[in-house]
Parts: sequence; C-alpha cells; structure tokens
Amino acid sequence: MPALLGGGLIGLAASMLLLFNGRIMGVSGILSEALDFKGAGNKLWVWLFLLGLLAGPRLSDAFLGTSEPVFEERTLLVTILAGLLVGFGTTIGSGCTSGHGVCGIGRLSQRSIVSVCVFMGTAMVTVFVFRHVWVG
Amino acid sequence: MKNVVALFTGLVFSLGLSLSGMTNPDRVLGFLDIFGSWDPALAFVLGGAVMVTVVMFRFVLKRTTPLLEKEFYLPVAEAIDVRLIAGAVIFGLGWGLYGYCPGPALAAISYLQPSNSLFVVSLVVGTLGARWWSARQHSASLLTVGQD
Repeated sequence: MPALLGGGLIGLAASMLLLFNGRIMGVSGILSEALDFKGAGNKLWVWLFLLGLLAGPRLSDAFLGTSEPVFEERTLLVTILAGLLVGFGTTIGSGCTSGHGVCGIGRLSQRSIVSVCVFMGTAMVTVFVFRHVWVG
Repeated sequence: MKNVVALFTGLVFSLGLSLSGMTNPDRVLGFLDIFGSWDPALAFVLGGAVMVTVVMFRFVLKRTTPLLEKEFYLPVAEAIDVRLIAGAVIFGLGWGLYGYCPGPALAAISYLQPSNSLFVVSLVVGTLGARWWSARQHSASLLTVGQD
C-alpha cells in the first residue's frame, strides 16, 4: 500500500509540473540542465525542483513515519561504476525512471516504452548475474 | 509562481519516493531480483505513478498551453535509435549494480551517507561525461557534413 500511495504522489507531482509549468518531470534531464553552466535562460526552477527533492526524505521521516534507509555496504568500485553508468546512460538515452517511466509512459511515447523495457530488463539481468551466477 | 510549483512538485515527488521505499537501494534490488526472492511491491510505485499520469496527462495535454508558461516543453525525438537503446542498457547496468536511479539517489543526499554521496558524485561525473561526449560527437558529425 505505501508503494501504491507513493507512486500516486509521484504521478501527481509529474502531472502538476506538466499542467502548471509545461515541463516533463525527468530527474536525469533536470540534473543535466542544472549542470549545463553554459546554457542560457532562467534555470532557477531546476534548482528549486532539486531543492524540493532534497527536502523530501527528512520531512517524510518526520511526518509520514518512514525512516532513514539502512542498506548493505557496496564496494567503492561498484558505487563509482554504478554512478558513472547511471549518469552516462540516462544522459545518452534521454531519460530515467521518472522521465521515460512516469512521464514518457504517461504520454504513451513509443521511445519511452522501449527505453523502460530495455533498462528494466537490463537491470533485472544484471541483478540475476551478480546475485545468482557470479557470486553463486 | 513557476518556481514555487517547481519546489513543491520536487517535494511531493520526493515524499512519494520515500514513502514507497525507492530510497532504499536494497529494496529496489529486491524488486529487480525476479529470479531470486522477488519483492514485487515496488512494481506498484511505477504502476501507481503511471496510472495517474496516463489519465492526467490526457487532460493536461488537451490544453493548448500550460497554466503558467506559454508552451509545453515536450521531447521532440521520435526515432528509436542506437543512442536510446545503448543509453537504456548502460543505465540498466548501473541501476542493477547499485539499486539507485537518479531521483532516489539525489533525494537521499539529505542523509549524508558516504556511499550515497559517492554515488551522486559519480552520477554527476557520468552526466557531464555524456554531455561532453555528445558535444564531441555532434561537432565531429558537423565536420563530416562540412567536408562533403
């Protein structure tokens, strides 16, 4: 149930950003825009969106009964490699779970539907290999 | 006003991520582990979000303009090309390795965990690297066109 409710909030946020500002709520695109220091135009909204994103987890812990996630330690190599791959791949592929997933499928974009199938499939195969084949 | 909307939607999005458990990469890997002890709960996150957007976007995009801007800023690309597929494969590899996609990783900065911080720094470097690479590809292709 929290998953469905959380998903609903995510969909609501994406719908509001499109209705009011005409923007696609894609985090990789917004991050890339924030990092485009040479680009012209008003970027304040991008930084404010990211600020709101940063504020969420602590507020959720305080008022919605969630808590700071505790997860297994990853090695330095896995952490750096995974971060690089996610940053590079989402930028080259024009979107991530929010942009292609939540918004792209919402627009019934063929590109996005293909992208989601490919990145989710690849992620599942990756988990399978590292959990059940490689380490054994 | 546009800026207030941006701040507010960033916050609502982030509350959704926290509430649904996406900020815990172990849970995300549990969802991706369909051949192991699969935890299907997170399917309802994207599922729930898409149920809302598929319906709401239909109404929103019937308008000629958004409420606070002169136009909708929608992606124009339509081709299913090598970049789209290769990008998705590379992203999927990273997502499956760690369990973070960009949204939850950035949201979790507020916890100041060393591992997450290192992931986000790498995410930024990867993003900048892709921008640099794309710009080079672009200027190289312009050069080729110029020589024809």
